[in-house]
Amino acid sequence: MKYLDEYRDGDIAAKIVAEMRRVQTRAWVLMEVCGGQTHSIVKNGLDHLLPEGVELVHGPGCPVCVTPLEMIDKAHAIARLPNVIFCSFGDMLRVPGSDGDLFSIKSLGGDVRIVYSPLDCLKIARANPEKQVVFFAIGFETTAPANAMLAWRAREEQVNNLSLLVSHVLVPPALEAILSAAGNRVQGFLGPGHVCAVMGYSEYDPISDRHHVPIVITGFEPMDILEGTLMTIKQLEEGRATVENQYSRILDRRGNLPAQQLIGKVFEVGDRKWRGIGTIPRSGYHLRDEFSRYDAEKLYEVAEIATLEPEICISGEILRGIKKPHDCAAFGTLCNPQHPLGATMVSAEGACAAYYAYGRHLNPQGADALHQIVPGSTPNDIGIQSPGEREYSHGSR
Amino acid sequence: MAAAEDDLKAEEAIAGENLAAFSCPIPIFDQKHIVLGHGSGGKLTADLIEKIFLPAFRNPTLDRLEDQAMVTIGGARLAFTTDSFVVTPIFFPGGDIGRLAIHGTVNDLAMCGARPLYLSAAFILEEGLAVDDLRRVVESMRTAAAEAGVQLVTGDTKVVNRGKGDQIFITTTGIGVIEHDISISADRARPGDKIILSGYIGDHGMTIMSQREGLEFESSIESDCAPLNDLVTAMLATASSANDFIHTLRDPTRGGVATTLNEIAKHANVGVVLDEGAIPVRESVKGACEVLGLDPLYVANEGKLLAMVVPEMADAVLELMRQHRLGQDAAIIGEVVEAHRGMVLMKTEIGGTRVLDVMFGEQLPRIC
Amino acid sequence: MCLAIPGKVVNTYDQRGLRMAKVQFGGIVREACLEYVPETQIGEYVLVHVGFAISRVDEAEAERTYQALKDLDQLTELESPIVEETAERETRRPTRPG
Repeated sequence: MKYLDEYRDGDIAAKIVAEMRRVQTRAWVLMEVCGGQTHSIVKNGLDHLLPEGVELVHGPGCPVCVTPLEMIDKAHAIARLPNVIFCSFGDMLRVPGSDGDLFSIKSLGGDVRIVYSPLDCLKIARANPEKQVVFFAIGFETTAPANAMLAWRAREEQVNNLSLLVSHVLVPPALEAILSAAGNRVQGFLGPGHVCAVMGYSEYDPISDRHHVPIVITGFEPMDILEGTLMTIKQLEEGRATVENQYSRILDRRGNLPAQQLIGKVFEVGDRKWRGIGTIPRSGYHLRDEFSRYDAEKLYEVAEIATLEPEICISGEILRGIKKPHDCAAFGTLCNPQHPLGATMVSAEGACAAYYAYGRHLNPQGADALHQIVPGSTPNDIGIQSPGEREYSHGSR
Repeated sequence: MAAAEDDLKAEEAIAGENLAAFSCPIPIFDQKHIVLGHGSGGKLTADLIEKIFLPAFRNPTLDRLEDQAMVTIGGARLAFTTDSFVVTPIFFPGGDIGRLAIHGTVNDLAMCGARPLYLSAAFILEEGLAVDDLRRVVESMRTAAAEAGVQLVTGDTKVVNRGKGDQIFITTTGIGVIEHDISISADRARPGDKIILSGYIGDHGMTIMSQREGLEFESSIESDCAPLNDLVTAMLATASSANDFIHTLRDPTRGGVATTLNEIAKHANVGVVLDEGAIPVRESVKGACEVLGLDPLYVANEGKLLAMVVPEMADAVLELMRQHRLGQDAAIIGEVVEAHRGMVLMKTEIGGTRVLDVMFGEQLPRIC
Repeated sequence: MCLAIPGKVVNTYDQRGLRMAKVQFGGIVREACLEYVPETQIGEYVLVHVGFAISRVDEAEAERTYQALKDLDQLTELESPIVEETAERETRRPTRPG
């Protein structure tokens, strides 16, 4: 497949890693923000290819994971209603609320349907005029243009048995929250490539300046991630801190203007609660008042359900990059995709779920399995300084 | 979130279990209702088997958990299997529920090296089903049975109320005879064995997916539904108990290649290493999987087999398979190893290593 | 948020006033909405997320950056040529729609 397969070339990957070794003189902690990047890293075993001393931590880049429990319970309550067809992306189907998930609701008779495109909801609504169709509109900015178009078209075409339950979250405020938190270890970011394809990346300049961190907007294929990591390391080694664009074949600084325009007409920025992190001001989208009749949060009165996260769960620290899945006592045992205890295990994109799915709890590779793609090199070749209290994540279990 | 004390205790109990140690007659099964994932062949299905069915019916043959039971009656070694088919839509590119029913059962028998002989078919028909559709399915079964060289010798029909059965459900049983003295089963896989895959993966599952409401796409993908008994006969032609170079055969149906290899790895207590670059996947299947966020290694196949073959004979068996219509695209995709017993690893194209875990429930399209 | 795949536009048409396209992804064809990259021509590549094209692939830029990666091991200067090249990319980039 063009523009995909070429970016999985092992030889070029080896070259990029060799270049990393050439320029690296000390240990660095980088955060990749996007769930899709986490997925790609773990699926391809990328973090095991990196030179020792380059640590990739996973950020809160999974909108499924960070959807607050209250919102999930609200979604489930709506899905249980007899006259409702509840439409959702596949990702949300197995996310447990306080009592079951969308799958179990379906098994008990709820009409729950997986959609690929939000526009499918218009078709479903038109085909079922006697029913109420509710769409679970989650996502980062990447999905906002699609969700906005759904709301816009519903209003244009007067499809009035359709509403959206919106839980959109925004990346820049999350980065700001991570960088401002005590105990932050992150020194550089691989920025969210597809979010920036929509929004551009000018919002990241003030963050980069204020905290003096490099932010490299990165794609999702293995070579993209390796190149983005290389570019970030180079900045760090040279003491620079700016926003760069690795994913230039897809996006530029301005992003997609028509998309931003429609987003602005349909949504407004507001506070949002992030599971595992808490409320971040001005970190989400809500439907504008003009779209109230398509706003499921307003249309459906659902009592607030008290939610309690298990104490053992450390997903807050994982989402902020302070801890890794295998630092958690419950990882792989009490907590697994079958019985997730918290945000980062609930969705296939969460760091814990990604690690579990790719078997990290079984730890098949010891430390000596590293560096195997760059023949002749060992960690000692470069004389990396030990950074004191830094923990290395590779093969540390 | 139902993280009550009782549930956490249940978690602890389950976390410590494994099949061998299991003895409790009333095991903890924490799902209160059956969900679709229980039918997808992954962990949830395994859960159901281990915690509900096995405890009730325990016996040495069942405990082996093969796709077919091998029994000896009056000196004859017989293979005996059952299967049920609930696919929707009932007609799809490359086949239909009837063809699937015949070949699925034939293949289960073929995987232990048996010669499939007789099948039965029980039909549960939904009130309102078009008789023409039934006729079409039955005609397809006739053709399929002839293709596989088996006879449908008995059957049953029931009708349920409209809304209580998805057009047609078909349950089959099959009997075959094992005419050689070779033992072919999952637990015979040995470190050093090469793993041969008979052709392109993901065709069947993605064909069904392509017809699924909301996920439709245009493609040339067709189900690979086919009877493998003839191919297996060819592969075993020169084998005997003195020269048993094929240790294991399995058809990677629901749950895909990854799930099947995990089952074998656990049964035989061996490790498996795959080479991602060697696994044959059609461009169209790859494209469909990329778009929906699915992994071809977990997608169902209905006309493919995996063989664990002793290394000295691997190339010869591969050549033999490639001569056969159903093995033209066969490839050696990995090997059985001593290390990481019970686990399946894969060397990725980019040079990393990835663990292929068992699928949990249904593989769902994702947007993240 | 993440899963977006590049595909080739093989047909464009209007549906209920929305600009749509048939997009080919390695052998399968799926419908996608082109409203956000309306000037896309047949034969061009777009990035599709949940049934919407959110960007066009800049094929020249793809070629250039890919080549730069392939040539990585031929660069032996001590200063970081990748950095310079990136800076060049930033300043030299022609305005691309969408």
